[in-house]
Amino acid sequence: MADPLSKTAVEHVAKLARLRLDEQQLAAYRTQLASVLQHIATLEELDVDVVEPMAHPLDVTNRTADDVVSPPMDLDALLANAPATEGGYLAVPKVLEDQGG
Amino acid sequence: MSTDAPIASLADVADAHRRGATTVEATVRSCLERVDRRNDELNSFREVHHAEALAAASTLDERLARGDDVGPLAGVPVAVKDNIVTRAGTTCCGSRILEGYRSPFTATAVERLAAAGAIVIGKTNCDEFAMGSSSEHCAYGPVRNPWDPARVPGGSSGGSAAAVAGGQCPAALGSDTGGSVRQPAALCGVVGVKPSYGRVSRWGLVAFGSSLDQIGPFAASVADAARLLGVMAGPDERDSTCADVPVPDYLARLETPPDPLRIGVPRQYLGDGNDPAVSELIAGKIQLLREAGATIIDIDLPLTTHGIATYYVIAPAEASSNLARFDGIRYGRRAKTGPGDDLFDLYARSRAEGFGPEVKRRIMLGTYVLSAGYYDAYYVRALKVRRLIKNELDGAFAHCDAILGPTSPVPAFPLGERADPLTMYRCDVYTAITNIAGICGISVPAGTIETDGRRLPVGLHLQCPAFAEETMFRIARVCEQLG
Repeated sequence: MADPLSKTAVEHVAKLARLRLDEQQLAAYRTQLASVLQHIATLEELDVDVVEPMAHPLDVTNRTADDVVSPPMDLDALLANAPATEGGYLAVPKVLEDQGG
Repeated sequence: MSTDAPIASLADVADAHRRGATTVEATVRSCLERVDRRNDELNSFREVHHAEALAAASTLDERLARGDDVGPLAGVPVAVKDNIVTRAGTTCCGSRILEGYRSPFTATAVERLAAAGAIVIGKTNCDEFAMGSSSEHCAYGPVRNPWDPARVPGGSSGGSAAAVAGGQCPAALGSDTGGSVRQPAALCGVVGVKPSYGRVSRWGLVAFGSSLDQIGPFAASVADAARLLGVMAGPDERDSTCADVPVPDYLARLETPPDPLRIGVPRQYLGDGNDPAVSELIAGKIQLLREAGATIIDIDLPLTTHGIATYYVIAPAEASSNLARFDGIRYGRRAKTGPGDDLFDLYARSRAEGFGPEVKRRIMLGTYVLSAGYYDAYYVRALKVRRLIKNELDGAFAHCDAILGPTSPVPAFPLGERADPLTMYRCDVYTAITNIAGICGISVPAGTIETDGRRLPVGLHLQCPAFAEETMFRIARVCEQLG
């Protein structure tokens, strides 16, 4: 098995996590995550082959609510927290390039 | 006693208002003064809601004058952890990324307290997004322990714990994902409760680990904590994971100890990992319980040692997913971008600037254990161990009503002492298990030990089966009176 915490691996994780980290931070996280993962590896001592994973403490599935329209949250209050808005919409950098035509 | 915890019970405070012995405004005013007086020293509050609290007090006084029943918390000042949203003021979760965030709504738990007459006086500092065991990882500065300002109050709800222990207010809310109410309660010498998963609505609690998080109260006594939980608990249509389980009156039989009273003491809970003085103090309490007629049962919980590893897979995994919402678009900090930057750069820069080091660390860890190739090896394995831990506790509860031990292996430690992440994570060894299994737990002050010439409080930890809070409070009440 390749080193699970190669520099490339840590860079990949940072990219997946949408975190721009500098070289120094990447190096620090690489060391710290290795130490935590080493501790987490102690779980390998346990035989869990026939154990059902437990994702949640409650056995609740698909609780449905009555199909009744309720008032939405106030749009102005919601938009007031946005860093950039335009005409009642959230403003973001251009996502699609101009295609000419 | 080096702290200044309130002397009057919440029942007495509410009763004084009802009788007209004092006004709510006078109570709130005096509370705000105490907050202001100690806040430079403790940094327990990030924001104090002077105007809103006084306005609410005055409204309540008018209603009381009319003879209205304003509820079981009539005029009780309450502090709210900064990761629980309130329409009043801001909610920042101890993070730069949410600086100035104004919630368009108020959390159900806070709404219910207010509907019962409580007055919110401000927002308390905490580890960023509730990730930490010391309240040092806070963008608004570390919180200090009222027993010794050179030491941490515990975390992540350190501000709430310090506020109650420091006499700034008689009650506070925190959130507990792996011990974040109980551990600071222990380190500050107050009562702190982690309700069963689903007992209190999470609507308005900024999500960290959605299958682990619960809002819980801090107070000076078991009775006060029980009173607060009774008001907050119960189903909420806005949180589908809030259980439709009836809420018993936690106060009705509080003074009646369960009979028989069977206390399980895991042999793993008083071992080498503890400060010896902590173990000695808790062992003394166990002896007193035995003398008081309790049956002490030696139990074996070998999976205790795997709790931290399990927790530090599941909690960061859930956190990495929950915190994906902080993207610099809809709310929160947005980084400046240059001409060549695309949407990815905007996300990655905003998150890098807005999140602190511990939050980034946990997002990285969570992203890693969920990533292709490691999902089964880490995440699924941890979920399986979670099941084993739950089964182990269920097995123990067949023989005892509560599991007892120390809340924290160590008393309050000096700021900066646990800089290594794994060393910090080990603070949660006894508390994270409760959240993993979804059961309830409480930390009760057990007295003090001397460390470096300082008296420091120790917490006694009780864990009970899911939705057995009523029994838990009655046992906690016994423990509280052991002397």
